Amino acid sequence: MAKPKVAFYWCASCGGCEEAVVDLAENILKVVEAVEFVLWPVAMDFKIKDVEALQDGEIAVSFINGSIRTGEQEHIAKLLRKKSGLVVAFGACAHIGGTPGLANFSNREIIFDYVYQKSPSLDNPNKIFPQEKTTVKEGELTLPKFYNTVFTLDQVIDVDYYLPGCAPPPDLIMNAVEAILTGNLPSKGTVLAPDKSLCDTCKRKITKPEKAVIKQFRRVHEVLLDPEKCFLDQGIICLGPATRDGCGERCINANMPCRGCFGSTSRVEDQGAKFLSALASIIDADSEEEIKKITDSIADPAGIFYYYSLPASMLGRKFRAEL
Amino acid sequence: MNKRITIDPITRLEGHGKIDIFLDERGDVEKAYFQVPELRGFEVFSVGRPAEEMPRITPKICGVCPTTHHMCSTKALDDLFKVEPPPAAKKLRELIYSAFMLEDHNLHFFFLGGPDFVVGPSAPPAERNILGVIARVGLEIAGKVIKLRKECRDIITLLGGRVIHPVCGLPGGISKPLAEDDRLKIVDVAKNGVEFAQFALKIFDDIVLKNKEYVDLVLGDTYKHTTYYMGMVDKNNKVNFYDGDVRVVTPEGKEFARFRPGEYLKHIAERVEPWSYVKFPYLKNVGWKGFVDGKDSGVYRVAPLARLNVADGMATPLAQAEYERMFTTLGGKPAHNTLAFHWARLIEALYAAERMLELAQDREITDPHIRNIPTAIPDEGIGIVEAPRGTLIHHYKTDKNGIITEANLIVATVNNAAAICMSIEKAARGLIKGGKVSDGLLNMVEMAFRAYDPCFACATHTLPGKMALSVQIRNPNGDIMQTISRE
Ligand code: SF4
Ligand code: SF4
Repeated sequence: MAKPKVAFYWCASCGGCEEAVVDLAENILKVVEAVEFVLWPVAMDFKIKDVEALQDGEIAVSFINGSIRTGEQEHIAKLLRKKSGLVVAFGACAHIGGTPGLANFSNREIIFDYVYQKSPSLDNPNKIFPQEKTTVKEGELTLPKFYNTVFTLDQVIDVDYYLPGCAPPPDLIMNAVEAILTGNLPSKGTVLAPDKSLCDTCKRKITKPEKAVIKQFRRVHEVLLDPEKCFLDQGIICLGPATRDGCGERCINANMPCRGCFGSTSRVEDQGAKFLSALASIIDADSEEEIKKITDSIADPAGIFYYYSLPASMLGRKFRAEL
Repeated sequence: MNKRITIDPITRLEGHGKIDIFLDERGDVEKAYFQVPELRGFEVFSVGRPAEEMPRITPKICGVCPTTHHMCSTKALDDLFKVEPPPAAKKLRELIYSAFMLEDHNLHFFFLGGPDFVVGPSAPPAERNILGVIARVGLEIAGKVIKLRKECRDIITLLGGRVIHPVCGLPGGISKPLAEDDRLKIVDVAKNGVEFAQFALKIFDDIVLKNKEYVDLVLGDTYKHTTYYMGMVDKNNKVNFYDGDVRVVTPEGKEFARFRPGEYLKHIAERVEPWSYVKFPYLKNVGWKGFVDGKDSGVYRVAPLARLNVADGMATPLAQAEYERMFTTLGGKPAHNTLAFHWARLIEALYAAERMLELAQDREITDPHIRNIPTAIPDEGIGIVEAPRGTLIHHYKTDKNGIITEANLIVATVNNAAAICMSIEKAARGLIKGGKVSDGLLNMVEMAFRAYDPCFACATHTLPGKMALSVQIRNPNGDIMQTISRE
């Protein structure tokens, strides 16, 4: 039997998802044995036109990491969709937008204005901006178009499965690969990680506040962090209650609170809104005024509650989604 | 008859780097453009975020060197909140950082840039990859590379939570102390690391230095640029990755400037070119003269060879001996040979391993006092570290509540952007004559920019890869006259 064809592609990503694959260490050889890679820019040679020449659906599965920020990325995502039986959104950026999705609080114009006009180390007396087309003495040079805002993968193509995490941990990657190879797959649209909250498996859960006890929130740098107690009980914002389990409490193990890179569980539409409601139940206030005082002690609630998920959220973007 | 060659790494570097070479009437190289078609706007969306979150936000600039951004950001916060970390916290940060440098430099030598040498610059491209390295040095050694990488990364995970995007840095310290039994494990890893780094240098010796052809290539003019150099040094002017002053030397090797991180704006400015999203930094006090070498041009270089050029030596004994040997072989300091970046990288890996061992053997590192809580009102903070790929600068301004109002980032590879353009142009000049382009061009141009280990080159040489390039030669109408591609 022919080996299933697999593609691994990156869009607007930091390269961390690629490192996560290298971190499979010896397991990567097992994967290489079992499948035929038809596209993996980081690791091997290929031509886009080879992918174009494939039959529709001929690729068994495409893993795509990174969000979508340029026309070129959208184009290749669409091509892979057409040629693939399954598409897996790999990592937080493809899944829910990722931290760079915080860019949706701004847009292209604001970014260009700061980076090329205002930044303090700049020497740009002639107010030059990068152009999609530049005519230099020798000829014309081109750059790809930079979209106004960041999109998740499923905002530009249909996605079958999601591998969450920034970056996805090795055990979940291997589980997903095995599930695909054996055809042992859950229903379409499933996030390939446990469908419960991070708090459910957190060692600190016993001290997690169950009733209204919080009088004031604190920021991580303002207090000594207790290595045993639930962060929320210490008045530190931890996104555990609104975040899907499966990372092995990586940040908590370093004695730092969760920022939600796994996204939410299947029952939740909007991670930030879910977190807000979890918070509401533990705030100890008698009046509207006191509630306001307590919530005001949270620095940058929008940025923190949507640390990884702004493009996927109901807020989505502050500016128009147009190109 | 103008011709144009586009080296558009449509595969491996898609969206991450592109080279355009223009030929003149005679068919010789007129100009090369190295374009970075990427921008994500971190400076802008950092605004409004709480400053203490920056060490968790900025690593997402690069998943290959997240530890670098994490540490640089954490140091900028020390400065912002005017708080000194306790000794154990400083040592832990430097320990994490040394483990990272050791791992990253080795990865580069064996998987990314090294194959050019280990397998050979004229070997078929299909063999110039990690598999070729394995064939040359043996499976056992390749296994050691993978094992050392994993052990170093496990140390970062232990202390930083995640190796891809660590989370432990806080202004005035670090989030978690080191336990004694873990310390002992790290001592073992570091000892292996020192041994391995020495061994890697021996491979470089046997394969490169004992081969006249390679030595000629390293010393030859095709890969040479007389530029300024920049790098961080400690108080004894020894190379330091984590802390110190930034020192700049002239193309003759004289100290040109020495400054604290807080003074970087007096020394560095950035140009904008309409054809690249990346800006081009230069030395303000020399001035921008374009993409040219020499004493009058503000172009400077960063990263391993630059750091060794600016320093008076290495702070650890084994690395110091190698440092002396390198400059003797290269004919003195500063060395302008671009390919010597590889050699310098291995010497730095040895230093990182030795430093890691020193830190792990220091009993103070397990002291549970790892945080000083800041009390000052924040306003402005600047942090600098040496990334594997060069000097990295994070500069933040905040309101009195520590909410970011402005962020400026000068990322390591960007410091070399102008020099990379120049190196590519020069390599191309040596290989394109009278409109004739040899197939070797691809190899040589790749070698020119891979020596700098530019971040997107992480994408070029891993298992079992080779870099897919296609060069298109166009006539003035834009018709393709000839295509050379590597299959
Ligand atoms: S809120 Fe955070 S610390 Fe508390 S139980 Fe949940 S994940 Fe653990
Ligand atoms: S603790 Fe939260 S932010 Fe950290 S890795 Fe797990 S899900 Fe992601």
